[in-house]
Amino acid sequence: MKSLEDLKKMREAALKKVEMREGGKDYRVVVGMATCGIAAGARPVLNKLVEETANHDYNCVVTQTGCIGMCVYEPIVEVYEKNGAHTTYVHVNPDKAARILAEHVGQGHIVEEYTVDAAKKAQEA
Amino acid sequence: MMLDIAMHILELLMNSIQAMAKVITVRITESEKDDLITIEESDDGKGMSKELLERVTDPFTTTRTTRKVGLGVAFMKGMTEQCGGIFDIRSTEGVGTWIKATAQRSNIDTPDMGDLGEMMMAAIQANENIDYIFEYITDTNSFVFKSSEIREQLAGVSLLEPEVLIWIKEYINQGIKQAKEDLK
Repeated sequence: MKSLEDLKKMREAALKKVEMREGGKDYRVVVGMATCGIAAGARPVLNKLVEETANHDYNCVVTQTGCIGMCVYEPIVEVYEKNGAHTTYVHVNPDKAARILAEHVGQGHIVEEYTVDAAKKAQEA
Repeated sequence: MMLDIAMHILELLMNSIQAMAKVITVRITESEKDDLITIEESDDGKGMSKELLERVTDPFTTTRTTRKVGLGVAFMKGMTEQCGGIFDIRSTEGVGTWIKATAQRSNIDTPDMGDLGEMMMAAIQANENIDYIFEYITDTNSFVFKSSEIREQLAGVSLLEPEVLIWIKEYINQGIKQAKEDLK
């Protein structure tokens, strides 16, 4: 059973984590949450990203944005690196979201097959 | 299209967030006795002019540069009308917006409720500074969630901590489940 008492423990744990890690996170993971994103299934994707980040303590913040302008590719997840470079992942579902976190945020490898470039190439082929 | 009721409500929540609301209230009443699902969503955001309010339920006359509200309202109106319900929207500029939508609970076209905890989590994740009030009411029970209480408990720690967001989602879904025990 969950009760408001749980929050005190979470507060202490969160404060400890902040002390340990100065200078912010290395990655920013952004989910498109406009009408197009929500209709395509962005909500469970966001949920998975938040869950996996909590469970594995990935070095990223998960945030939301509006319409990215490629509604046909939704749900879209963009991963921004500290140097400003970013990768656009398309047609993301909860399983793909978990893999993107594990490989891109966890190990620093882009999951090429889920990127918008890969999706465009597949269409042309 | 929107697969469940929680998706429809999330759209309304996103509109309220964009309207610079400080307080957003969602009240869902699921009555077995009246065979009715009632959704009320209200905010104290910037509200809409009479002219925009008239156009807001029509997806074909709104344009992206002028609209403050997207397709979400039109989708929701369509859903309620298909499901033997009514749709009502009222708004005053500078005061806020109030939306009420109903659906017949047993109607075959009425979508599943969906994950309401996940819906509130997504709204809070979009803007943690808003005070969200979530109420779920059945014929005999009710559950109320207030994000301001959570913020108070956390005393300075962000609601955006992933552990906190997940806790909120599960706390809300647990509350709904308990309130629902008399529903079949």
